[in-house]
Amino acid sequence: MTSINVRVDGMSYSDDVEPRTLLVHYLRETLGKVGTVVGCDTSNCGACTVHLDGESVKSCTVFAVQADGCEVTTIEGVSSSDGTDGALHPVQKAFHEMHGLQCGFCTPGMIMASIDLLKENPSPSETEIREGIEGNLCRCTGYQNIVRAVQQAAGEMSGSPAGADTLGAQA
Amino acid sequence: MTVTEDAATLAPAKEVGQPRRRKEDARLITGRTTWTDNMVLPGMLHLAVVRSPVAHARITGIDVSAAQQAPNVVAVFTGRDLAEEQGSIPCAWPVTPDMVNPGHPSIAVDQVNHVGEAVAIVVGRSKAAATDAVELVDVDYEILPPVLDMEAAVAEGADLVHDQLESNTSYHFVFDAGEAGTGADTEQAFADAEVVVSRRLVQQRLIPAFMEPRSVVVQPQGDNFTMWSATQIPHVLRVMLAMVTGVPEHKLRIIAPDVGGGFGGKLQVNPEEVLALLLARRLGKPVKWTETRSESLMAAHHGRGQVQFIDIASDREGNVKGLRVRLLADMGAYLRLITPGVPALGAFMFPGIYKFPAYRFECDGVFTNKVPTDAYRGAGRPEATFAIERIMDELAVELGMDPLELRRKNWIQAEEFPFTTVAGLEYDSGDYEQATQKALELLGYDELRAEQQRRRESGDPVQLGIGFSTFTEMCGLAPSRVLGSLSYGAGGWESASIRMLPTGKVEVVTGSTPHGQGHETAWSQLVADQLGVPFEDVEVLHGDTAVSPRGMDTYGSRSLVVGGTAVVKAAEKVVAKARKVAAHLLEASEDDLEFADGKFSVRGTPGATVGIQEIALAVFAAHNYPEDVEPSIDAEATFDPVNFSFPHGTHLCAMEVDTDTGMVKIRKYACVDDVGTVVNPLIVEGQVHGGLAQGIAQALYEEAVYDADGNLTTGSFVDYLVPSAADLPHFDTANTVHAAPGNPIGAKGVGEAGCIASTPAVVNAALDAVRHLGVSDILMPLTPERVWRAIHQGGDGGDRATAGTNAYGGAQTESTAGVSTPASSLGGDR
Ligand code: FES
Ligand code: FES
Repeated sequence: MTSINVRVDGMSYSDDVEPRTLLVHYLRETLGKVGTVVGCDTSNCGACTVHLDGESVKSCTVFAVQADGCEVTTIEGVSSSDGTDGALHPVQKAFHEMHGLQCGFCTPGMIMASIDLLKENPSPSETEIREGIEGNLCRCTGYQNIVRAVQQAAGEMSGSPAGADTLGAQA
Repeated sequence: MTVTEDAATLAPAKEVGQPRRRKEDARLITGRTTWTDNMVLPGMLHLAVVRSPVAHARITGIDVSAAQQAPNVVAVFTGRDLAEEQGSIPCAWPVTPDMVNPGHPSIAVDQVNHVGEAVAIVVGRSKAAATDAVELVDVDYEILPPVLDMEAAVAEGADLVHDQLESNTSYHFVFDAGEAGTGADTEQAFADAEVVVSRRLVQQRLIPAFMEPRSVVVQPQGDNFTMWSATQIPHVLRVMLAMVTGVPEHKLRIIAPDVGGGFGGKLQVNPEEVLALLLARRLGKPVKWTETRSESLMAAHHGRGQVQFIDIASDREGNVKGLRVRLLADMGAYLRLITPGVPALGAFMFPGIYKFPAYRFECDGVFTNKVPTDAYRGAGRPEATFAIERIMDELAVELGMDPLELRRKNWIQAEEFPFTTVAGLEYDSGDYEQATQKALELLGYDELRAEQQRRRESGDPVQLGIGFSTFTEMCGLAPSRVLGSLSYGAGGWESASIRMLPTGKVEVVTGSTPHGQGHETAWSQLVADQLGVPFEDVEVLHGDTAVSPRGMDTYGSRSLVVGGTAVVKAAEKVVAKARKVAAHLLEASEDDLEFADGKFSVRGTPGATVGIQEIALAVFAAHNYPEDVEPSIDAEATFDPVNFSFPHGTHLCAMEVDTDTGMVKIRKYACVDDVGTVVNPLIVEGQVHGGLAQGIAQALYEEAVYDADGNLTTGSFVDYLVPSAADLPHFDTANTVHAAPGNPIGAKGVGEAGCIASTPAVVNAALDAVRHLGVSDILMPLTPERVWRAIHQGGDGGDRATAGTNAYGGAQTESTAGVSTPASSLGGDR
């Protein structure tokens, strides 16, 4: 066992973990942060994406001990409160507005990856968005509304009016 | 502003048709979800399954002693330990009276029949402890020859999957329109035909690959058991588990909490669900099992898996005369819930939207040493649609006709609805021409055809093709009597009830069980309109057999059509009951009451009104209500449709094919779907998108590949190519609306449309791009390797070499595909 000190979603935790414990398992099983999920065992799906010191990482590829002394943000910590509409992160809000989710299993990871994408590139093109979230798989949406959501959030975060259509050809 | 406009603004907007943002989202976008794997119970034990590494073998010995002694291992069980109580995984669809079902143990006892079959289970205090000990279980196998190829499996003298059976054929199912009286004699039609085109098409095996891995938790409480499972079918599961395990049905409660996608893949009674229940009973402790992705790909059921021999007959002018289909359908090693029924369901859809005078369908269900197949989005209908839409193109080529012209000549005209097809189905409504016109505009058809011509003439290495798919599907599963006539083991009704709470809030209990479809939102819209209550005042309850006791669950694009209708019927009953109370409270005759926007008012007496939400409080207090009624306006309804519904649409794909590299790229995808009345356009569009992604993925990316020993070489997301955002195009979608006459909502079903229609559009487009180079078929998925080989070496591009998958070191992902590297050059046998 190794002891670690981590800040997760604004709270400090001290725990003894096995060296082999993955960050995602530490989050889910030790801290009960079950908003972050596991979708694969080969680091392909991105469902487990969180921010480690502000950068997006797949938490199934990071050992809990590697997060020692770090700041972790999960989907549960991106909005300032309990998720009532006003307090949502613009990316969360945009996923809701643009119907960027169906079953929602990929959603925490998608949102975390999208937030990071917009930090790197505040006004990405459609292609840049598609390539930027390539590491996150969604089986439900066909991605189009996820792309729209990221575009909409980009607009809102840069203060310009939303550019994306809500309903495409059906509007 | 005129008075009329004023009135219009005052009246509450109809909810049906509004792109309401989903109620479900609030918890999903904030991580406050209840996935089964989130569940932790005091004293809970964890299960890890030891799985067969071989496809076909006799188990000659299992040594569990080392595993039993491993730290924090509570117990280890083998098939022998559970043989007496495990029963067989049920098959609810014996498609023929003489269908052979070898039985399906949840855990192998004497013999394993596919890689990934359970042979032992370790129970540990933690998941890690159980998983660590899996490797310590020592199993001796006496290897038997694996049966993998269907055509070889049905040949004379083939090795047998189940040596107690006489052959590898489970059943032979025939539908003959001549015999059924729905069409002319097929043999005669072919004998008389001027033109016959025959093809052998392959529907590769696919993996549903829902994003949430399967997971189950069972809690014993005395002689009661509560099971949480990531399932599409809590109600069906309860009945089946009771029958299989002998746990009485009333002692079993099944809860499907938040479920992360299913696509048919969670329409199953899983071996692991049976085993978790048996072990919870035996140990008297709560147990949890959650699969890894590799387990999921290897052991959860697959979909598709057909070899299709299809013949089409026509005259020289392109009037179709007959259709003949012979299928080999891969059952895998066992029959699961509806394994044999999937191809049989497709039997009725091969004629598509065309007026064939004669039709014959035959299917052999074939056992192989692979994981069983079962429902995957579309279940039988994508296979049928693929075959008919591919063969229509082949016939057009043979006749030298425009493929759209040929379709137009043969499809059912708008004025001919309702139309009874050669397969005996009564298509309800639609207009194929209208949808097609709209799709052509959406695609920019004429311009793209002109560009195709330019590229042809200039010999551009990148060629362009346009592919059609004009399709229909049978949805709204299903009229119970029809299911009965097809030997299905259950009905197709759905149940709903509405509870009016004292504060005027409304609880809607539905037997439909969502796993991403947005029922909570759409059902709220339906009820808000029916009862005239605010959308926000409606709560939809589902997925728990104790809360929603009756249901047939969610699959086959049935939820809105059947389950939504049950909700509407229940609401009508609520209004009828409330009307009596309103009449009493308003001291008026029922006949003089009008109900609009949630209020009863007395005709001609302004101001005499009472709201339905007030009536809910009045019957709760029950101080003043009519003598001849019960003090409740709650109601329940069960709806059993009399017919299927038949959504249709035209899907068009424009595809670029790089003839130098074999790389294909969708240039534009446009589709117009007619799914009847749209309750929520946002949800409908999302369903179409998701379906398109899966259908396109079948055409371009996905295939469950087994090697010569029966190992699944696409056993992780490294090799099984679920497309990413970068692998898919933008979709241009639109609707036409022909309301379904068979239900009061007018909805036809949308969950499967995109998945059913898109695959042939994509393949037809690729072939259209390279047909002038002598290519007439390419096996799916259209990997660059196959496309290149088809162009440069002829044939259909050949089987996908297992050596080409990453598991064999032949790394080739879609993003590196087409780039020749030392690694990728290992990937074929060129
Ligand atoms: S669980 Fe981490 S990438 Fe799939
Ligand atoms: S919403 Fe279901 S996987 Fe993305």
